Amino acid sequence: MIIKVLFFARLKEQLGENTMSVELPADSDTNVLKQLLLAKGEQWKVLNDEAILMALNQQHLSQTAMLSDGDEVAFFPPVTGG
Amino acid sequence: MIRVQQEDFDVGEEYQQLRNRASAGAIVFFVGLVRDMNLNQQVKGLSLEHYPGMTETQLKEIIEKAKSRWPIQDASIVHRVGDLDVSDQIVFVGVNSAHREASFEACHFIMDYLKTKATFWKKERTLEGDVWLDARESDLKAKNKW
Repeated sequence: MIIKVLFFARLKEQLGENTMSVELPADSDTNVLKQLLLAKGEQWKVLNDEAILMALNQQHLSQTAMLSDGDEVAFFPPVTGG
Repeated sequence: MIRVQQEDFDVGEEYQQLRNRASAGAIVFFVGLVRDMNLNQQVKGLSLEHYPGMTETQLKEIIEKAKSRWPIQDASIVHRVGDLDVSDQIVFVGVNSAHREASFEACHFIMDYLKTKATFWKKERTLEGDVWLDARESDLKAKNKW
């Protein structure tokens, strides 16, 4: 299955990526996705920072969730609007 | 009513729209501006980024939450993104209700929630270079008091 992955703000600059498609085996969860990204290289370790937040299909995600083909997963730092 | 936009907004128009949309006895609004100083650094301006789609959904949910807690009739949030200069308007939050207490409290609540929930990120342009702002503990405390 193909997952759309987005990065925002500081993370986007640190990784040099704002969007990518990732192919994962069926029955993968968000942790499988994260491990695959972490394995891409040294700079990707920033995803392990506990402050980094995740959203699945534009909803905040507080724990690991199963993924389906076409899902959109976003990684971003704590928000600072207003 | 929710809007995320690059363009500036006119407080008079936003107020008038709130006034037209309900027969309220009270309207309370808040406007946030770009400060010239932060953490003892001279600030030249701000760049604001958001997550199109998710941000709007979050803002709608925050208004729904306010409506479930206070007897407010309507609420507006206008939030700007892109490059802003010192003293530019960033955000408008307006609420109307039959009596003032609900509007005061709901407006404060929406602002505190927006700062800690809605997917906006600020980068400051300072004399020392560009820096992404970190989330503040004080903002989280402000949200948790509700």
